[in-house]
Amino acid sequence: MSGQSLFARLEPLLPRVRRPVQYVGGEGNSVVKPWESAAVRWCLMYPDAYEVGLPNQGLQILYEILNEQPDVLAERTYSVWPDLEELLREYELPQFTVDAHRAVGDFDLLGVSFSTELGYTNLLTALDLAGIGLHAAERGEDDPLVIAGGHAAFNPEPIATFVDAVVLGDGEQAVLGITDVVRAWKAAGRPGGRVELLARLARRRLVYVPAFFDVTYRADGRIEAVRPNRDDVPARPSKHTLSDLDAWPYPKAPLVPLAETVHERMSVEIFRGCTRGCRFCQAGMITRPVRERNIETVGAMVDAGLRATGFNEVGLLSLSSADHTEIGRIATGLADRYAESKVSLSLPSTRVDAFNVTLANEFSRNGRRSGLTFAPEGGSERLRRVINKMVSAEDLVRTVSTAYAHGWRQVKLYFMCGLPTETDEDVLEIADLVREVIRAGRVASGHRDIRATVSIGGFVPKAHTPFQWAGQAAHEVTDARLKLLRDRVRADREIARAVGFRYHDGRPGIIEGLLARGDRRVGAVIERVWREGGRFDGWNEHFSFGRWAAACAAELEPLDVSLDWYTTRERAEREVLPWDHLDAGLDRDWLWADWQEALRGTELDDCRWTPCYDCGVCPTMGTDTQIGPTGRTLLPIAGVSAGSEAVVRGGAST
Amino acid sequence: MARRPEGPPPPPVVGRVRLRFAKRGRLRFLSHRDVARAFERGLRRAEVPMAYSAGFSPHPRISWVGAAPTGAASEAEYVELALATVVDPAWLRAALDAALPPGLDVLDAVLVSGSGGLADRIDASRWLIRLPTVTEPDLSAAVAELLGRDEVQVERATKDGRRRFDARAAVVLAVCRAENDTCAILELVARHTTPAVRPDDVLTALYVVAGLRPSAPPEPTRLYQGRLLDDGTLADPLAPDRNDAGRLVGRSSA
Ligand code: SF4
Repeated sequence: MSGQSLFARLEPLLPRVRRPVQYVGGEGNSVVKPWESAAVRWCLMYPDAYEVGLPNQGLQILYEILNEQPDVLAERTYSVWPDLEELLREYELPQFTVDAHRAVGDFDLLGVSFSTELGYTNLLTALDLAGIGLHAAERGEDDPLVIAGGHAAFNPEPIATFVDAVVLGDGEQAVLGITDVVRAWKAAGRPGGRVELLARLARRRLVYVPAFFDVTYRADGRIEAVRPNRDDVPARPSKHTLSDLDAWPYPKAPLVPLAETVHERMSVEIFRGCTRGCRFCQAGMITRPVRERNIETVGAMVDAGLRATGFNEVGLLSLSSADHTEIGRIATGLADRYAESKVSLSLPSTRVDAFNVTLANEFSRNGRRSGLTFAPEGGSERLRRVINKMVSAEDLVRTVSTAYAHGWRQVKLYFMCGLPTETDEDVLEIADLVREVIRAGRVASGHRDIRATVSIGGFVPKAHTPFQWAGQAAHEVTDARLKLLRDRVRADREIARAVGFRYHDGRPGIIEGLLARGDRRVGAVIERVWREGGRFDGWNEHFSFGRWAAACAAELEPLDVSLDWYTTRERAEREVLPWDHLDAGLDRDWLWADWQEALRGTELDDCRWTPCYDCGVCPTMGTDTQIGPTGRTLLPIAGVSAGSEAVVRGGAST
Repeated sequence: MARRPEGPPPPPVVGRVRLRFAKRGRLRFLSHRDVARAFERGLRRAEVPMAYSAGFSPHPRISWVGAAPTGAASEAEYVELALATVVDPAWLRAALDAALPPGLDVLDAVLVSGSGGLADRIDASRWLIRLPTVTEPDLSAAVAELLGRDEVQVERATKDGRRRFDARAAVVLAVCRAENDTCAILELVARHTTPAVRPDDVLTALYVVAGLRPSAPPEPTRLYQGRLLDDGTLADPLAPDRNDAGRLVGRSSA
């Protein structure tokens, strides 16, 4: 019978695996509903280990929204580690949910959220363990619809054969819309089977169905065209954009895990979207426009979330939290409210300016001023113009001085390597910047014992950004540049001992690049890597570049393309990109123009504070930038619950 | 050189409460760290007025007494809380129980009034170990073999590498019975020794002496902890506090 608990069969295996607590569920605020009570049943998956997947905000939001529906049931599943995978296979147990330990294959829908492309092999493990056909084309009428979402799904082409449908953009309304269609289709006796269900979802503009599109290739390997193969579905599936975040104050009661996870705090997303226009940043491009939650909603969500969880840490999340129009008053208000309690506040923000330091001071009023992070991203002024990160060396030095003067003991500086047009000199300028920072810190703090950490990530060009045409730097190039930089810093006796270096080898970035800009032909590479044991590719100890390179050689070279072709090759303006038929709202001509501006080193302002520069999102998606200040205030805790009701209702009616 | 804690001095401790709690069902897979984290959150949610340690990252003052290992259930775990305000232990028991996940169940709470630390009142545990796939006669034979020895060396992986120690001396009592034809039950009283002899060490000893090897994982539950009395029973470690509290408010011992 479907929907039954497998726990009795699973339990004897748990003492034999590492950290069994991650598989038992039972989290605070988790929900278990009777199977028969639900008309539509969702299984939500984060394709990584529980410790990483559980805190994921996106999944928690959808879990809560779906379970609030009286006739909908949503449970969660995460990737099992190889030790349990082996036992599940040996004892013939399927991929299971952690809530009620039901078989994933029993659900109507399997929604998988991809924050990173390196989770693709884990999707295949889960499908295979669940007994669901790896390829959408092989699935039977009783198999769940496999739906991908998350940022990586903005180019779902590499996993096009493995998923039935893709949700682009914000999931809150999309999952409810999908639920409605599935409910009606099931109630009508499943007319037309799963193909008709997918067609209904596509016609309602809820999802992109890869099987409804055919891709043709030119003799030179480039894509000739991507065309729908049915005339009743939209030719350009588009992203979902949630308007009025105040009407959607989720998560209200975040999950409180029994097992230790990477983030254990009450996170409140204070706004979505970012229009600073950093050209490397896919998140900033695909989540436009900026939509703020107002100070009153933020205050109410923090209070309700702390009560519901017992967490003692609050994080105010967004792509650039210091940019919220009411952030100063939010910071002071929360710091006042929690001054007497043991609740700590954090604002992950890397903006390079004095105001950011002021905010950090406010958030750490009673706490230790340990480390502050700033992200100049590019080593040289020229390169920062290319990527549109408008920070001067003087800004950085001034900001860091302010931080040290206010008692912060350490700064962390974040840079990228392998950016378009980058030369060795650009990267070596990081050493000069760091030297100035250390000098300034010594002056500001009055002592020599100053530390700075330089953290460097490899740049990976992503779809729907101005850099989507760029050639990715070969890993040999980034590795060599970083070695030059490290040698330069080590040779500088003035700062060598004050600077810590953090960077990773460039090879995983190349595979991420392959998956980020790949087309449907890359699916065979993923499958081969998985069949040869590829699992948990986001984890150093599991990632094997050799396995990926060999799979590329085997699957791509017969087609006259290659790993290099997908990664280090620069694309021309007219080349059909694998994701061109998917509408993230951004005007392709604007993206190309911005790419050309990047090559010329021309900066672009933020449309929140300067006139709209027609990136295309607002008119295409029928949305608007929604920012304050609203003039509202942070309500005292006692008044909050009544207040938050008002916010929800008021928001929903606009 | 003594490290002086930074930050404002914490408020003084005005009272202490001792709790007995259970770790049940699937929560037996919680490690001690997991239990401790759940308690800290539960205490915050229940708004228990905890006393905090000094410093910039103050921690609630919670003293743990020997935790049941990961994978073992328990009906008798103990912990002592330092309070900044005196509260009714019955309220605290109920409020904390409601704030903890089901399966971490607070069974008893007493205000500390008796003399002596909690740890001094606990020197042994009584365990019930379910052994699916093992028959009672096989178990009885192995246990008889074990009890007939003076010493049985076993090995266990600890965080400092593999360790060899005697698992026999700690065993005070071992009784076998059958749950059914395919599941035997071992009840065990074991003295707390260093290193601690845990149920799986005793099972290893049964393998060493008699080759007994269950093909399904054993399910151990700690039933009691306390001071070992001459008759093999364990004295309730919270009893002295209860009795003294009774005298303080002038109640009769009935
Ligand atoms: S359309 Fe204009 S206002 Fe809207 S995000 Fe783009 S640039 Fe900004």
